[in-house]
Amino acid sequence: MNNDKRTLSLEDACLEGLERFQNFAAHAPYLRGPEKLTRKLVNSLEDAVRLSGLKDGQTISFHHAFREGDKTINYVVGVLARMGFKNLTLASSSLMNCNAPLVEHIKSGVITKIYTSGMRGVLAKAISNGLMAEPVHIHSHGGRAHLIQSGELQLDVAFLGVPGCDAFGNANGICGHSHCGSLGYAMVDAQFAKKVILLTEEILPFPNTPASISQDQVDWIVQVDHVGDPAKISVGAARITKNPRDLLIARLAADVIEHCGYFEQGFSLQTGSGGASTAATRFLEDRMRRKGITASFALGGITSGIVDLHKKGLIEKVADTQSFDAEAAESLATSPNHIEISANEYANPNSKGTYCDRLDVVILGALEVDLDFNVNVITGSDGLMMGASGGHCDVAAGANLSIVVEPLIRGRIPTVVKRVTTLVTPGECIGVLVTDHGIAVNPNRPEVEARLRAAGLPVMTIQELYQRAISITGEPEPIEFLDKIVGIIHYRDGSVIDVVRQVKP
Amino acid sequence: MKKLRRSMLFIPGSNAAMLSTAFVYRPDSIMFDLEDAVALREKDAARLLVYHTLQLPAYKGIETVVRINPLDTPYGLKDVEAAVRGGAEIIRLPKTDCAADIHRLETEVERIERECDRELGSTRLMAAIESASGVVNAVSIATASPRMDSIALAGFDYVVDMQTQRGDGSELFYARCAVLHAARAAKIDAFDVVFSDVNDDEGFLKEVAVAKKLGFNGKSLINPRQIELLHKAYAPSEEEVRRAERIVEAAEKAESEGLGVVSLNGKMVDPPVVMNAQRILALAGITSVHA
Repeated sequence: MNNDKRTLSLEDACLEGLERFQNFAAHAPYLRGPEKLTRKLVNSLEDAVRLSGLKDGQTISFHHAFREGDKTINYVVGVLARMGFKNLTLASSSLMNCNAPLVEHIKSGVITKIYTSGMRGVLAKAISNGLMAEPVHIHSHGGRAHLIQSGELQLDVAFLGVPGCDAFGNANGICGHSHCGSLGYAMVDAQFAKKVILLTEEILPFPNTPASISQDQVDWIVQVDHVGDPAKISVGAARITKNPRDLLIARLAADVIEHCGYFEQGFSLQTGSGGASTAATRFLEDRMRRKGITASFALGGITSGIVDLHKKGLIEKVADTQSFDAEAAESLATSPNHIEISANEYANPNSKGTYCDRLDVVILGALEVDLDFNVNVITGSDGLMMGASGGHCDVAAGANLSIVVEPLIRGRIPTVVKRVTTLVTPGECIGVLVTDHGIAVNPNRPEVEARLRAAGLPVMTIQELYQRAISITGEPEPIEFLDKIVGIIHYRDGSVIDVVRQVKP
Repeated sequence: MKKLRRSMLFIPGSNAAMLSTAFVYRPDSIMFDLEDAVALREKDAARLLVYHTLQLPAYKGIETVVRINPLDTPYGLKDVEAAVRGGAEIIRLPKTDCAADIHRLETEVERIERECDRELGSTRLMAAIESASGVVNAVSIATASPRMDSIALAGFDYVVDMQTQRGDGSELFYARCAVLHAARAAKIDAFDVVFSDVNDDEGFLKEVAVAKKLGFNGKSLINPRQIELLHKAYAPSEEEVRRAERIVEAAEKAESEGLGVVSLNGKMVDPPVVMNAQRILALAGITSVHA
């Protein structure tokens, strides 16, 4: 037996095809030089893009934790446009009003296909009016994780904006000047993208922990002036509303939670970000104290209202995919029981375990609800895309009771309709609809209806709510559509549940 | 038991969106305003909107009040026509200075009731007192007509007339007492002034406490958010309810035993105390009780 490597023979049949050892740095040459600790740091985004090997026709991905304050998506696509890239697929966890500059990059052919949870403003209007040759793929938060995990959506290069990371790429959203809180969406991209480029405002001392995005997921790091403005995260996701109608709906929603049958010690909840949802959280405090119960966990997009109940000991744990305001980000940074979860853990139906399956009650918003309780959260009354799928259909499928809140009439338009313009969440998953004019319970939940009636709540049928709305507004003219499909609505399992067609000009 | 009238919610008559849904807030009364909340160029539109709103089935079960423009303006009489024909239960006359103002309105209302076959006398009147003369003439105003239903004190014009300004409430003390005495002497209701800072819940509740203590039936309100605060403040406490229950029980027992005198824990209970206890129980039956 000879163990000397200089005379090691690989001729033995069982060693065929194996490589002979050379030296400690043969496959890790950086170990020999000063770049050992800095090899991921790249001077410019252009350099990082070149290193990534990005090619025309490939897919780039982003997260939207900074919401309306995001400065990464527009910046990166602008750089790629200047570098001459064409025909890219943009896969962002969502897009906002602030992404209006993308319109130009679509016109010039830099972006030719989009995957997103939703769109707003100028971009949404342009795409709804037929800007793109290919329809936009709309997915839920859980559905995006599913599409990526299944390989249907392959991320070639992820560009992830973070407030701070160390030189190895350990990143989180709770450090640095622009802390956005949870990086729940980005965690999925970091896990699955072929190449990961971090754009960071600050390089922090090693090891930067806790690491939401880990060093072993990151290829290159580029320091930039701004990745996002956390002050603009809570735009739209209002604080305590002063709108009397929202407060009325919130109080009714809290009544529904109290009497629906799931309001017991250790229950779990998700309340979202709308004005009425946030206010409902506030109304729950009294009810929980009166009954002497606490919640085991709160889930989802986390607001200051949830954090407040957590601090008061009324919600034991908070599982956070997206921090909706500074209080939520602060709590994630300081409370050991406020934990960050990825969109995969949150809501992917094909993950090995999702938080949303363990939910008791959730309050969800809606643009339209129809007589079968189907929900539209994408298209407005003009037929144009203006919202986001978000976690709507994910959580509705997982929770024991989904409560949709909306004013019966928005502007001059009824929100309870015969048939939703766009189907996003199937009615079979919706238990209760709460409006300012009354509450309707899905006939598939007779036990809930009986409990709410017994508590003296104003329960009506959804047909009655529809009639009430029509009696006030009259029947709206139907929207006229062209044949061209501008949006494909994926259900959370990847299947197509509906399409959005271009509105007739 | 008479219907409770704690909250009278102002709705600008020109705001179609609010007119179409204001009933969802369930105030005790809704007052459609054609006067100060409506711009001059919108007077006609507002009058038409309110006329149609009064007939919406959704408003059945809520007391409807229309605040008209003064009769010496070009709008006043048209407003009365719309309110009476539309079916308003009550017309609120602003800037009522003397009984003659009520007499003039009463004459018009009666004429219109005849013209549109509305039950004679079914349109009731509320006088808003907004001046020193109004306060001084409060008794004659309150008793000016069998249609008189209530008096409302309006603070803003009154303090200007008095050459002072809104403050801790002392500036309204005499006026509150005067209109309240006039209303009680005439056996009609009295509403306290609007509290205009809708973001100051604490200040609002302080003023509600004063109004409730003095004996006002309720307040005029400008934001639906104030309704629940007001109703809660007017709701009796659990202790008040328990005491009232004991008194009413004792009174029922005395009656069933044919006793002329009610006694509780060895003490005699006067008839007004029994009546007050019955009022508290009625309030508790309709409003939520303090936790």
